[in-house]
Amino acid sequence: MKQFTVAGKALTLLFTAAFLVACSSSDTKEDEDAAARAAAAAAAAEEAQRAAAAQAEAEQRRLQDAVASVGNVFYFEFDSSNLTPDAQRSVDAHIALLKTNDKTIRLEGHTDERGTRDYNMALGERRANSVRDYMVANGVASYRIETVSYGEEQPVAYGSGESNWSQNRRVELK
Amino acid sequence: MTRLLLSLVLTLVAFGARAELVIEITQGVDNPTAIAVSPFDWQNGGAAPEDVAMVIQGDLARSGQFAPVDRKDMLGRPSTEKEVFYRDWRAISAEYLLIGRVSGTEQMKIEYELFDVNRQTKVFNGTETGPASEARMLAHRVSDAIYEKLTGIPGAFATRLLYVSVTRNPAGKDYYRLTLADSDGARPIVLLESREPILAPAWSPDGKEIAYVSFETSRPAIFRQNLATGAREQLTNFQGLNSSPAWSPDGGTMAMVLSKDGSPDIYLMDLASKRLTRVTRHYAIDTEPTWMPDGKSLLFTSDRGGRPQIYRYDLRSGTTERVTYEGAYNARARVAQDGRNVVVVHQSNGRFHIAIHDLVTNRLQVLTSTELDESPSIAPNGSMVLYATKSGDRGILAAVSVDGGVKFRLPAREGDVREPAWSPYMSR
Repeated sequence: MKQFTVAGKALTLLFTAAFLVACSSSDTKEDEDAAARAAAAAAAAEEAQRAAAAQAEAEQRRLQDAVASVGNVFYFEFDSSNLTPDAQRSVDAHIALLKTNDKTIRLEGHTDERGTRDYNMALGERRANSVRDYMVANGVASYRIETVSYGEEQPVAYGSGESNWSQNRRVELK
Repeated sequence: MTRLLLSLVLTLVAFGARAELVIEITQGVDNPTAIAVSPFDWQNGGAAPEDVAMVIQGDLARSGQFAPVDRKDMLGRPSTEKEVFYRDWRAISAEYLLIGRVSGTEQMKIEYELFDVNRQTKVFNGTETGPASEARMLAHRVSDAIYEKLTGIPGAFATRLLYVSVTRNPAGKDYYRLTLADSDGARPIVLLESREPILAPAWSPDGKEIAYVSFETSRPAIFRQNLATGAREQLTNFQGLNSSPAWSPDGGTMAMVLSKDGSPDIYLMDLASKRLTRVTRHYAIDTEPTWMPDGKSLLFTSDRGGRPQIYRYDLRSGTTERVTYEGAYNARARVAQDGRNVVVVHQSNGRFHIAIHDLVTNRLQVLTSTELDESPSIAPNGSMVLYATKSGDRGILAAVSVDGGVKFRLPAREGDVREPAWSPYMSR
């Protein structure tokens, strides 16, 4: 958004310069001066635009790196759909990036194998909704988010025991 | 050519074996009744298309209440009454003797006679007829009759099972299969194969149709499928959960769980008009509906009290009452045809077991000692509960009698098996 604002200002400057040139008197000296001023203004605007673009690109890269470092998976405690502080930090990174684009996302909720399959299907949905609600509360439009629960049907770790279960209690952002 | 045919046959067998169950009896009653099932006489010449006596013997053994005599211990192989010499059977401590004759090519006929060895009398005889292609089912009907004669309880051998099997694919998505098999695991037929989850198979009350949840559209949706024609219909495609289909006893309505209005609630779909009626209205999780046999109320799981427990919703009065209080987790109820025994998944000491809750006494009894037990399904005669459990890190099916006395396991030859659904009695 910032990028567009700066570009917009540069364009305005450019038009103003062109207008000045068109309206100037027939005095050659004045014409030359005006042309030089306009060229300088245009160059400055171009420079500003380039700087802004570079800055925006750097910011975008920073946000993408932040997302890459936290990953696309948010983990949960047993039988809970509350975002842990860790998960919240991860989701925050995604929110920051989502605000710079208009992509739609899919949040897939999962549980560990304990408990019944259909109850877990509901629990997985609660987890996906919990991430969605937090995103919406922080400015991501709800229509951009699809949620689906897979319950305990798609574990990433097949064994039993907490070391496996903790990997399976998750929401994946796709 | 013969070799080619043979290898083709072997391939088919190997493919068919994928989802096939193997039965291992782990615990029977203390004093099972010794019964000898003499090989039935095949009266059409050549090799018999099916070893009917062996099918019956397997059924009786699996019930845990009978100890069939090993064929190699038999001193004779009578197939008619006049060939029966009681002393031969007393000598090997058989209490009962079953003999029989099988005839017919297209239409098969099984005639059988049951003898009490100690009293030296014929106690029962009968006939089963039907298409030869259904020879195993005819044999199961003989088992049903013998079981009822000797225990007083109708047998449930001539029934079928639905289950979901999963073959893991480390390189990508798993393979899910919805399989239909006889109650002894024989003759498995894959009804649906998908790379996306399949779950919650359920029977129509006449045993002619099934319903299930499939993720094949990348979201959960409830489907119904006719077993004879294969015709399939997608019943739901709502935003959010579409789960737990449960046919009403009259076959006209399907209870289900949808979360389209916010949180998971129970809905009823009129199957003719597809009109939906919302049954529960609560911000908690309401799920896993199941019908009482009289069709007047539903049991379901809800965590409205903080933890999942079983509740009962009365369709006429619209009132809800809590059913289970024992333990912190009771879920996914299934009711026996007597309307009294309710099997549930019960958590105690962090382990999940199958338990039986008596609606009259309100007592709960844990039936299993395995852990991570789930998806109990009760036989139509109320005698056995089939459920899913884990052995190592493999999903297997297991069964336990409602009094906890008989146990057997049904691991698949390959992959994980889960979510068994025992059919109602099949109309002929």
